[in-house]
This record gives sequence, C-alpha cells and structure tokens, in this order.
Amino acid sequence: MKARVHVMLKNGVLDPQGEAVRHALGAMGFDGVKGVRQGKVIELDLAEGSTQADVEQMCEKLLANTVIESYSVEMS
Amino acid sequence: MRAAVIVFPGSNCDRDLAVAFERAGADVTMVWHKDSALPDGIDIVGIPGGFSYGDYLRCGAIAANSPICKSVATHAGRGGYVIGICNGFQVLTETGLLPGALLRNAGLKYICKTVGLKVETSASDYTAGYNAGDVIDIPIAHHDGNYFADADTIARLQGEDRIAFTYTDNPNGAQADIAGILSQNRRVLGLMPHPERAADTGHGGTDGTALFRALTGALSTA
Repeated sequence: MKARVHVMLKNGVLDPQGEAVRHALGAMGFDGVKGVRQGKVIELDLAEGSTQADVEQMCEKLLANTVIESYSVEMS
Repeated sequence: MRAAVIVFPGSNCDRDLAVAFERAGADVTMVWHKDSALPDGIDIVGIPGGFSYGDYLRCGAIAANSPICKSVATHAGRGGYVIGICNGFQVLTETGLLPGALLRNAGLKYICKTVGLKVETSASDYTAGYNAGDVIDIPIAHHDGNYFADADTIARLQGEDRIAFTYTDNPNGAQADIAGILSQNRRVLGLMPHPERAADTGHGGTDGTALFRALTGALSTA
C-alpha cells in the first residue's frame, strides 16, 4: 500500500520561494496569479496493514516540522 | 572544561569549533553521529555548522533524529550546556531544545559575509564576556537562517531575556532581527553566526573569542 504526504508551509509563514515563482510567472506574462505557495509531496511505499495513524506519526516526528508546516496524508 | 563536538556527515565547521574550544582551554573530543552516548564527564556539547545529511528534507531534521542527538537531549535535560552554531542551531530547533524554526532567507540567496551583531544580554555563561549593547563583528554563512516563531514565542523570548544576539542590519528576514537565542535555563544557545570563525587574528577578527573564554571560565570554576 502507498501513502502520499503533502507538506506545506502554514498560512502566515512567509514562503519566499513561492513569492519568487509568482514574480517569475508575472514576468512571463501570466497575469492574474495572486499567490503561489510551494510545498512538497512525499510518497511512501508501505507494508500491508500500515495505517493512516502510522503515517501521521511519521509526519509529526520527521516528515513535517509542525512549527512551520502543516501536512495531509492520503492513503491508497 | 570538557567539550564534545558532534560530527555529522556533511558537518564542515566541526574542526573550527574544536580549535576555538581548545584555544579557550577546553579538552575536546570529537563524537561521531552514530555513537549513541557522549563520553563521560562532558560539560558542553558543540553542534557545528555545515550541511548535515545534505540538508535533505529540512536543514537539521535528519541530524535531530540521529542516535547521538538523543544523548545530547538527555545531557541538556540534566542541565548540561549545548551550543549549536548555524546548522547546529537548525538541529537544536528540530530537536525542540530551542523553540522556533529557521526558514529560507527572505531574499532566497545564500549569504556569506561578516555582519554586526548586537549582544542583547550578558546574563548567560556564553555572553558574560560582553556587555549588553556591545556590537561585535561575526561572519554568517547560511541559506536558511530566517528565524521564525509565533508571536507568543517571540514575546516569551523577549520577556525572559532569552534573545542572546540580534542583527544590526537584518540580512535574512529573521523575526525581531534574532540571530541567537537561549533556552529557559540559559544553558543551551543556538545562533546562526559563526563565533568560531572570528576567534583567531588570521580570521580577520577575534570578536568571537570572548564567547569561548567566558564559557571555559564559567565551566572550569563550576
């Protein structure tokens, strides 16, 4: 089974990389981009029987820094 | 004073830090990240700058979960001294020994230059060799030094006099110009600038020397 973890900077935490991407899009002529937030996606290949709670533990302990980041988990 | 300097794969300021400790009169032991215990009788642990584990995932995140870091947390929990410089500061926030986090520099660039630092408090065994309000010249060299914490945490750090150093001209977007902070018991210090790179006349400046001297002075008489 697989899990996909999305990690994003929390709202209110400045994302300078997202801002740089937004500026670049504007400079390329893509008007109307009001904001860009850049995060990461982590795919996990898991043993059968692994639970969403297991993955959430991994997020809390390593995959995300909850001081600055939020995460969401999709199991499939 | 007995100092241990932790060495991670990708650490690159470990030997500089060891030399700065030795010059100040400390006995220094280098400790590999896979060791699970610190040598006996260690007074202070130094977590050096560099790019531990290639900065993969987040700067300091994987180092913070290495075997030796559990012992470092135990040492700090017993009231032991820990100094984390640059990547070492990132490791200390990732372990939770210090609050907050270090974000990408607001200007997105890696910055390597000497900056002015204001000593905010002399009330710690790290900063007792300076006067509060002194401005010292110390190099920085980082890409992720933009200190972030929520407003309550910043207010608590200010209220408890735990901000050790601030930038006189904020280079990276850090909140409240913060360059270095202390733990509640004032024995854990994390800072982005490199005092060990301003500890010899050959470095072009010696403003970092007083930090190491104050530390050995305090810990040798303890």
